[in-house]
Parts: sequence; structure tokens; C-alpha cells
Amino acid sequence: MTVLAELKNLTKYFGNRTVLDDITLQIKEGEILALLGPNGSGKTTLLKILAFLEKPESGEVKFQGETVTDKNAERMRLQSAMVFQRILLFNTSVYNNIAYGLKMRKLPQNTIKEEVKKALRLVKLEGFEKRSAKKLSGGEQQRIALARALVLKTKLLLLDEPTANLDPKNAQIMEEAIATIDRELRTTIVMATHNMFQAKTLPHRIALINDGKITEIGAPAEIFGKLSKNLASFAAVDNTFAGTAKATAAGTTMVDIGNGVQIEATGQRQGVTSIFVNPQDIIVSKSAVASSARNVFKGKIVEVSDFGPVVKLRVDVGKEFVVQITKRSFVEMQLNVGSTVFLTFKASSVHLI
Amino acid sequence: MNPIIDGIVKAFQLIFSGDPTVYRIVYRSLFFSGTATILAALWGTPIAMLLGLKDFRGKPIIKGIFNALIGMPTVALGLILFLIFSKAGPLGFLGLLYTPGAIILGEAVLVTPLVVSIATTAIEAVDPEMINLAKTLGASESQASIAILKEAFNGVIFSNIASFNRAIAELGVALLVGGNIAGLTDVLTTDISKYTQRGDLAYAIALSIILMAIVFGINLIIIIARNPKVLATFGRSPQ
Repeated sequence: MTVLAELKNLTKYFGNRTVLDDITLQIKEGEILALLGPNGSGKTTLLKILAFLEKPESGEVKFQGETVTDKNAERMRLQSAMVFQRILLFNTSVYNNIAYGLKMRKLPQNTIKEEVKKALRLVKLEGFEKRSAKKLSGGEQQRIALARALVLKTKLLLLDEPTANLDPKNAQIMEEAIATIDRELRTTIVMATHNMFQAKTLPHRIALINDGKITEIGAPAEIFGKLSKNLASFAAVDNTFAGTAKATAAGTTMVDIGNGVQIEATGQRQGVTSIFVNPQDIIVSKSAVASSARNVFKGKIVEVSDFGPVVKLRVDVGKEFVVQITKRSFVEMQLNVGSTVFLTFKASSVHLI
Repeated sequence: MNPIIDGIVKAFQLIFSGDPTVYRIVYRSLFFSGTATILAALWGTPIAMLLGLKDFRGKPIIKGIFNALIGMPTVALGLILFLIFSKAGPLGFLGLLYTPGAIILGEAVLVTPLVVSIATTAIEAVDPEMINLAKTLGASESQASIAILKEAFNGVIFSNIASFNRAIAELGVALLVGGNIAGLTDVLTTDISKYTQRGDLAYAIALSIILMAIVFGINLIIIIARNPKVLATFGRSPQ
């Protein structure tokens, strides 16, 4: 595989704080690389450097074999596009927002119109051209911001927490749009995240970043195997557990993740393994629900985070699970820290790494 | 009849009959102050962009100076410009004194601090990450700056309208460097002053009403433009 971008011994300071410490990293062409790390680990700065928006104090940035300098940064930026964690929209129509980059590239009007249409279709917002961008809902705005970058079809796409704080519906639309771009254009994608995507969009490689240093880099299977050993200190990935797997008579796999928590998963695995359950696949209820789902656990809510339309709960069932429910459900069920709840999820929702 | 009431009645007659003397003065005022505002915007906007977007040593001082200059007494500025444009002054060779050019230039200088201060504040209010956004989408440094300017558009327009109001309503500069020469450099303010002193109440009042209509009218438009909800309060029935 060819190397698309390269960081060599890169160090970046902000004032007297070292944000990135001697980072060396190769981005392979066509790969999806996930940057996993807690807040303040340097993920965003790393993405900005790959977007040629920030300059390192020392070290080298190379893109397609060429060193990035002040003189060529502007030209290089035409080959990369970054979607920021915060929603940044121009105070104008959806069309003008998405068309901005195309106008900078001096494409003809007809082409721009077509491309904007296609981009809106990709994020399932057809017909939104004339709407005022700032008046859309949070989820729609984030999709517009994504469409604005995807429409440029750059070689490198940088995403900073693309689905954080999105409700499941919007998150799925984002994920599918990104998956489509990856499939059709083989765009190289580097994304900072807290959360793993569904199996179909799992990254090719994961880089763990902490305190400005890349501590591990490799395929997901490798990383999760190592993660399990220092999971306590690395709270960056929700609902990832290490455990021991045993085949069951029914043909499924039972994974013991400790503290008496046994998780049933479809698929075959034996021995040491890691599992991951998407917070959105977990149902929260106040009493036990009789269903076909194989995994039911009783626990207590230990933490509540409010993100507007979506509420994230941390539930201790012996091990801590992160679950996501709508604000409405949260209020209707009168949940709070300390509430006893039941978590239910299907065996097929358990991803064996 | 009471000369004041007489004056007011005659003033309205002048206004509604479209009296040419009156309206020539109005157009001249609008033209001088309008051009002055455009000039101030032309050289003031780049300064505001510099102050709003870039960081450099002494920036707070320069911003402070522009802020302070907003309150410059118009007569004081008028005197300074008079001295500069007079035959003995450094720009005397331009022969600008007592010409329309002097008023336009003078009022432009007067309102520049206003343009700069308001526009700078508007530009600073734009999220600084927008520059990175523009750049990552392919903008050059200058294209990115223009994008920021567009985001600050409302504030920039407001700075221009406020400047126009200040220019058209000022007396000191127009009087001292224009000389209030009838038909050439007389404007609304200088003529209101002249007619009042002469006892020509009808003209003085007519011009005053028009000047106030212009200034208040523009202010009203600004208020509504910034907060369209104000209009709704007029349509609501008492409860």
C-alpha cells in the first residue's frame, strides 16, 4: 500500500504545553484510521496538522511524498478536508455552505449545482438547498457540515468525532455517508473518535493516542486485545470488554467479562477475546422485559450526561455499560443517578473482536 | 400670528411643495455624507479586518485610540482640517478649502473611527475557527478573510449606516472646511444654523424636520432589520 501522508518526529506546542510529542505516523492510501484517545490527548491537533491547518514546531509533514511547507500548504489543502467537532456553518443557505469549497476550486455553476445535489442525497437531505443552514436542527447541521467536506472528493478526509452527541438516526446517516465515500472513492479517512462504528465501518487500523503520544497502532483485533490490559486507564472506548469465551450448546458464544457478567454473542470464539456492544443497541427498561434478546442485566445508573436530544447513561451491572436513550424516554421513565434499570440487548448486537 | 407657529406652518408647506431650494440642500447633504461614508468604509474596512483578524503588539492601544476618536468634537476636527487645508497648511496646495471635496474628505475622516470600531467588533465576534473552516475547504488566506467579513456582514453594514448618520448630522466639519457657501458647500446642518440665526424660521424648521426624518428613519430601519420581531408588536391587539 502506498503511503499518502506521513508525520515524522512531529512535536507541537501551545504556549508551554506539549500537545504532540515526537509523533511518527504513516497514513496508508485508502485506509480508514481511527484515532482513539481521551479529551486533551492531541487528537484534534493531529487532525489539524494533517489538514495542513497547523504547523508543527519540529518534525516533518509529508503528503504524497512532498514535504509540506508554508509555500505549498495552500495547494496541499485542496487535497484534504476536515470536518470539525464543533458545528461551523456559514451564515447563509445550505446550498452556499456546501458549494463553498467547489466555488474556491472555480468549478462551473452547473457542475456545482449537480454536486451539491448529490452531496445532499448522500446525507439524506435532498431539497434542502434553499434552507437557512443555521436554522436546521443539530443533527441536520452536522450532516450539512459532512456533506460540505464530502462533496470536495479530496484524497484525505479528516473527521473529528463525527457522530459524537448525535442521536442514533443522525449517527447512522453519517456513518452510511462515510461508508459510501470509502467504498466508492477509496478516500483515505482519519477520524478521531470515542466510539467504535458498527462492524461494516470499522476502521482498518486504530491508533491509540494519549498525552500527545501514539502508544499503540494496529488492526482493531490487536488493539482491543492490548486495550483489555489497561482498560481501566483508557476510558476512551465505550462498552469494550475483554473476557474469556466459551462455546455454548446452542452454537453461540458465552463471554465472561468478569464480576459475574456473562455476555452471549452470536458467532464462534474460544479463549481470550474482546467484545464490543454499541450503546445504541442496548434497551433500557425499568423492569425486566421478556423478549427474545439473550442478554438481560440488572444494574444501577452511576452517571448521566445530557447532550440535548440524547442522554448518555453509565450503568453498572457488575461491569459498566454506556447506553444512549432519548431525552424524552429519560424524562418519561423518571431516571436518575442511582435508579435501578435493566439493560437488554441481542446476542447479535455483541461484536466479537 | 406667532412667528414660531407661522414658521412651522410655512415649513410644512416648503416640504410638501417640494421647494427646490430646500431639496437641493437635502440632496447635497445626502451626496456629501454618502460619499464620505463610502470613503471611510473603503479605507476603514481593511483596517478593521487587520484589527479583527490579526494579533500584533500594540493592538489594544490602537483599538483604544480608534474607540476614543469616535467622540471627537466635530468643530475641533473641523479646525484641525481647516488648518491643514488652508494656504499655510501642508495640504494647502490641493486648494480643497471651501470646496465640496473638503467636506467629503473631512466627514470621511470624522467617521472613520466609527467604521473601524464597529466593524472590528463585528469581525471579532465571528468564531475564529471559521478561518480554519474556510481554509480546509480550499480558501486562500485572503479568501478566508473575505469569508469572515461576510459572516460579520451585519455588523459591517451597521457600522456604515451609523457612520452615515454621524456624517449627515454633524456641523463642525462641514462649517469650518466648507464655509457654507450657498449652492456649493451648504448642507442641512450649516443651513439650519444660518437660517436660525437670520430668523428665517420656516427654512430652518423645514430643514430640521427633514434632517431628523432622515436620521430617525434610518435608525428605525436598523432597529427593525436587527430584530424583525419588533414589527410584530405593532400587529398585536391589546390584551
